[in-house]
Amino acid sequence: MANLVWKSFKGIPLYVTLIWIAVFSLLLHFLDKSVLSFLGILSSIVLLYFTNTSNKIKLAIGALVLIVIIPLVAGENRYYMEVASQVGIYVAMALGLNIVVGFAGLLDLGYVAFFAAGAYAYAIFSTSQANEFIAGNLFPLSGDWFWPFLIVGLIVAAIFGILLGLPVLRVKGDYLAIVTLGFGEIIRIVFNNLDKPINITNGPQGITPIPAPELFGIKMGTPFYFYFIVLFIIAFIVLANIRFEHSRLGRAWIAIREDELAAQSMGISLLNTKLAAFATGASFAGVVGVIFAAKQTFIDPTSFTLMESIGILVMVILGGSGSIPGVILGAAFVTLLQVQLLKEFSNFLHSLQQSGIINLPNQLDPSKFQRLVFGIMLIFVALYRPNGLIPAKRKTNDLGAIKSSPFSSGKLGILSKLSQSSSTKQS
Amino acid sequence: MLLSILPQVLVDGLTLGFMYAVVALGYTMVYGILEFINFAHGEIFMVGAFVGTEVLLITDAIGALEGMNPYVALFMTLIITMILTGALGVGIERLAYRPLRGAPRLVPLISAIGVSFLLQDVVRFTEAIARNEFYLNTPVLFSGTVSVFGIATIPIKGLVVIILAIVLMIALTLFIGKTKWGIAMRAVALDPSTASLMTINVDKVIMLTFLIGSSLGGATGVLFAQNYGTIDPYIGFILGMKAFTAAVLGGIGNLRGAMVGGVLLGMLESLAGAYMGPLTNQAFGAEYKDVFAFSILILVLLFKPEGLFGEAVKEKV
Repeated sequence: MANLVWKSFKGIPLYVTLIWIAVFSLLLHFLDKSVLSFLGILSSIVLLYFTNTSNKIKLAIGALVLIVIIPLVAGENRYYMEVASQVGIYVAMALGLNIVVGFAGLLDLGYVAFFAAGAYAYAIFSTSQANEFIAGNLFPLSGDWFWPFLIVGLIVAAIFGILLGLPVLRVKGDYLAIVTLGFGEIIRIVFNNLDKPINITNGPQGITPIPAPELFGIKMGTPFYFYFIVLFIIAFIVLANIRFEHSRLGRAWIAIREDELAAQSMGISLLNTKLAAFATGASFAGVVGVIFAAKQTFIDPTSFTLMESIGILVMVILGGSGSIPGVILGAAFVTLLQVQLLKEFSNFLHSLQQSGIINLPNQLDPSKFQRLVFGIMLIFVALYRPNGLIPAKRKTNDLGAIKSSPFSSGKLGILSKLSQSSSTKQS
Repeated sequence: MLLSILPQVLVDGLTLGFMYAVVALGYTMVYGILEFINFAHGEIFMVGAFVGTEVLLITDAIGALEGMNPYVALFMTLIITMILTGALGVGIERLAYRPLRGAPRLVPLISAIGVSFLLQDVVRFTEAIARNEFYLNTPVLFSGTVSVFGIATIPIKGLVVIILAIVLMIALTLFIGKTKWGIAMRAVALDPSTASLMTINVDKVIMLTFLIGSSLGGATGVLFAQNYGTIDPYIGFILGMKAFTAAVLGGIGNLRGAMVGGVLLGMLESLAGAYMGPLTNQAFGAEYKDVFAFSILILVLLFKPEGLFGEAVKEKV
């Protein structure tokens, strides 16, 4: 019955979405610091996804909301832009992991290592840290170098991905999960201790001050600018994801995910294809790492723990691994939950505590509920919704459509050659 | 100077290694039967450490620990902990793993990661509410040391760990080898569907596996707390990883392999911790000993994935 209702559901009418956007933008404009209306605007993107209209209109409205409305109504508020760019950073990372976990089916629990590689690449060379091991006082670099370093971060992380992938990808399934987890920890420990014999990462003290990006002399250090940088990167990554999904490589990834042996016997090179997935996913994380480093202006190894890897994995699995809109939703939801909802709840409890209604031990602060929340989410998603909130659509090749296409007048593929050769023999 | 510390290093490694070995048994038993890495096993070990510590703290609080023979106290703690963690393991299997039997292989793994995180925070909350802190100091039952041939000293608590670990392993070997249930477990590990045709209740055997594995893990938690004194909710993760490494090193699914692998890994880690610093002029010191253990895991998986004692399995289509 419920299924029937769902099937007859064509989508939300366009005007509902438009009214939603308008109402919440006005609310946010007039009620400064209203968290609910800010969440309302962000969720309008989800609403838009389910709206019953053509893709072009959806895209146009989505772009309008993200590029014009949000900066316009929330732009002066540092905090909202900060939250929005943080959401963006995690969306971008989750989309990168989606290639590895969602498309290629390789459970990677050390994904944050690539993020760290990108972040450290920018941090080391943009501060005086690099002088420690490169002679000639060439550093720090100015903020202009942020832009080339987006590419550098991408390449460094991709190389990391290939170097890690070469040994790791020989094992599969749950072993791969454990090995990547081990590698993730190794990288973190190495970064944590690489202040001797040569001081490369400055060890647990971390690196600071990492310069903000600069463009034509404008310092882009505020969340407002980062919001746009992140938006640009997400657009790039989403586009790459979509293009990959339907490419030859993307279909090879999906084939490997479904059945390695069958894929191999169809002539797909397992190692190369998996390496490509690893490197692509890693390179996205690398780019995001550069942005992260510039945004935080300070990085140390504690930003790159296993918790981060698991958090990104939760985003992918919760949203629907392999499904691009699902992963975006999952990442946004989990990030907002962490930085916004739990914090609000925590503040609320603190205010209760201050007025003496309840007595709350420091350890029970909801902002420390992260593991609990992640754990419960992972279990529930695995049990009740293994395909995520927005499951990936399986591309169904309609046999009828193939048969009725103009190319199928005779026999297809190799069969057509066979019939040709047999007909020539007959004549 | 380097050689003079060797006996001590080996003795420490032995203590550590026996703990790895008992936890590794839990991984290997579950893997042998379900072909599934029970990611939460390290957390069950951690819960065991907390349950054991709480039992001792409560006994101490009511004043009963003072006059008690330390061996009796340890025995009581072990029994209570093993019952509770065994029940916990069975409960986790029932709620989080059994519904997923037959699902794609990654799904139960994800559920297991979830259980692992959940347990960490639940323990932290419980301790935070009960004691307002989550680092606990265990009442240490044994003090004093024993000299081994005059070249190394071994604390009595370490000796207790080693002896108890050996007792547990012998008991398990006898159970698996001689009893009806043990034979049923081996049968299910070999072929679940044939075993079920032979009137073996596969579900019950799996429950039993989790019961035994988890109670062993919990018991190790008690031993760990006794040996190191301080525990926190995050000890399970690293120790679980190492124990898993030990299981893989010995050949996953193979009980004897897990025991040997555990001891071997403990020794190697202890040696690495002691000698890596001096050998590399302090460039890479003891802080890399976790890296060392993970590297062993990766190397074994790459070059000898069947481990020291396991059989190479050919994949069938």
